[in-house]
Amino acid sequence: MEHVARLARLSLTDDEAERMVGELSGILEHVEDLAAIDLDGVPPTAHPLPLVNVLRADEVGPTLDREEVLAAAPDAADGRFRVPRILDAP
Amino acid sequence: MTQTALDIAADVRARRRSAREVVDEHLATIEAREGEVHAFNAVLAEEARRTADAVDGSIAAGDDPGPLAGVPVVVKDNMCTRGIPTTCGSRILEGWRPPYDATVVERLREAGAVLVGKTNLDEFAMGSSTENSAFGPTGNPHDLARVPGGSSGGSAAAVAAGFAPLALGSDTGGSIRQPAALCGVVGVKPTYGLVSRYGLVAFASSLDQIGPFASTVADAAAALDAIAVPDPRDSTCIPDARPAYVEALQTGADGLRVGIVEELTEADGVEPEVRNAVERAASVLEAGGAHVDRVSVPSAVYGISAYYLIAPAEASSNLARYDGVRYGLRVEGEDVGTMNARTRAAGFGDEVKRRIMLGTYALSAGYFDAYYGKAQKVRTLIIRDFARAYETHNVLLAPTTPTVAFKLGEKTSDPLAMYLSDVCTVPSSLAGHPAMSVPFGTGADNLPVGVQVLAPPLAEVIMLRTAQALEESVR
Repeated sequence: MEHVARLARLSLTDDEAERMVGELSGILEHVEDLAAIDLDGVPPTAHPLPLVNVLRADEVGPTLDREEVLAAAPDAADGRFRVPRILDAP
Repeated sequence: MTQTALDIAADVRARRRSAREVVDEHLATIEAREGEVHAFNAVLAEEARRTADAVDGSIAAGDDPGPLAGVPVVVKDNMCTRGIPTTCGSRILEGWRPPYDATVVERLREAGAVLVGKTNLDEFAMGSSTENSAFGPTGNPHDLARVPGGSSGGSAAAVAAGFAPLALGSDTGGSIRQPAALCGVVGVKPTYGLVSRYGLVAFASSLDQIGPFASTVADAAAALDAIAVPDPRDSTCIPDARPAYVEALQTGADGLRVGIVEELTEADGVEPEVRNAVERAASVLEAGGAHVDRVSVPSAVYGISAYYLIAPAEASSNLARYDGVRYGLRVEGEDVGTMNARTRAAGFGDEVKRRIMLGTYALSAGYFDAYYGKAQKVRTLIIRDFARAYETHNVLLAPTTPTVAFKLGEKTSDPLAMYLSDVCTVPSSLAGHPAMSVPFGTGADNLPVGVQVLAPPLAEVIMLRTAQALEESVR
């Protein structure tokens, strides 16, 4: 649970983690019905549309206004998003 | 009954009524009942009056404001509206004002519709009751002690309560059809890719689709006419021209080949009244000249399992963007990783956390093949089984939901029980097919029951025709 929470960048309290172990086990038990199906040679479907690589024309068009976008950020400076320390982080 | 969207637009365009008068009337209905229903995260009274005045102005100037002239509409609060808060029912986006409009919002404005509010939803559209909203649950207008369904519960409730004749919702595994059924309104999930998702906050990208709620099938068709257009800003939006849905609406079921999906109609937990409604719907179509029989879609029984692996997996990836950097909530931490984790812990509710954990697990090294990979193969089986059924049938019938609206709080402590209420809607979602719910009588406690009409890809016209035949029989 701790490992998955770390992968998901989610800090869980001990209570939350404990409750979730129970709930997720119940759900994983339910999806076990898939284990019995013969899926040999069945290709996976990632996407239900027969569309691939739809590209628009490579033309300059309007984009979002930088100031307007940055104004919605929790912290910004010098035309960029500002975050806490990344390098040498523990 | 309150006026339909098509009647309102006809009256406004012919200057029999002003758009302002129409919007004031709907705002008064909202004023009177919103306190108990709580369909909205935001009512946009001022903006709505301004838009209505502009519609009236353009008519006075001899211009045509569009096919939905003066029609009040509401949209689910996971569709971006420029400068207007878009919360997704989550603390993590509370107060965020998007810098752009979703394509569907733009399209509604261009059609002359008047945006009246943003409707409540389960947080990030994850849920089947609208109880997972950070801003409190929505009540079912037919019985306020019951849920309106979800995740687009606010949109369904708004139409049922007469707050607006048209609403937009999003449907990932049933989030338009299920609340439509529980609130006694029409709800359409179009073919995957029919409606642009530009500006729809992503939940599960291979499944999400926007569609309308309405009080009549014809109104739903009118909404589709406005929103179902190609959009170069969404690379998953089908580039081909769409039919004109209102114009293509035909009456009667004569000659239709209709199949009742055995696996969904006989599924565990389907109430007898609901099963009965499907049988009665089949009889109505048969009496109208349709050929009706039973059809098997064997892999449909695996829909819930496949869906509750695929949707959380995609969600865990899509929701990675809520990291306290670019928008919404930030909870400070000494380094960026701590800040991310604290922000997400404080900003997301229980169900969203549960799905992120489930999805992350299903995608993690060592488990991918057993869970996500397997679910994707099952998805192929479901598509094949449907394709076989559609070789001999134009449309299929099934319940929309196993039960009528359940009580608030009844399923909140049991996530799996809540998930199972999607059993009849997830198969078409996984296949990317259109499906809709049409009100068809009442069930237990005199609450609305919906019958689901399923159709093959891009067969919205025949699906709407079937639904209209059912609607006419109960009118």
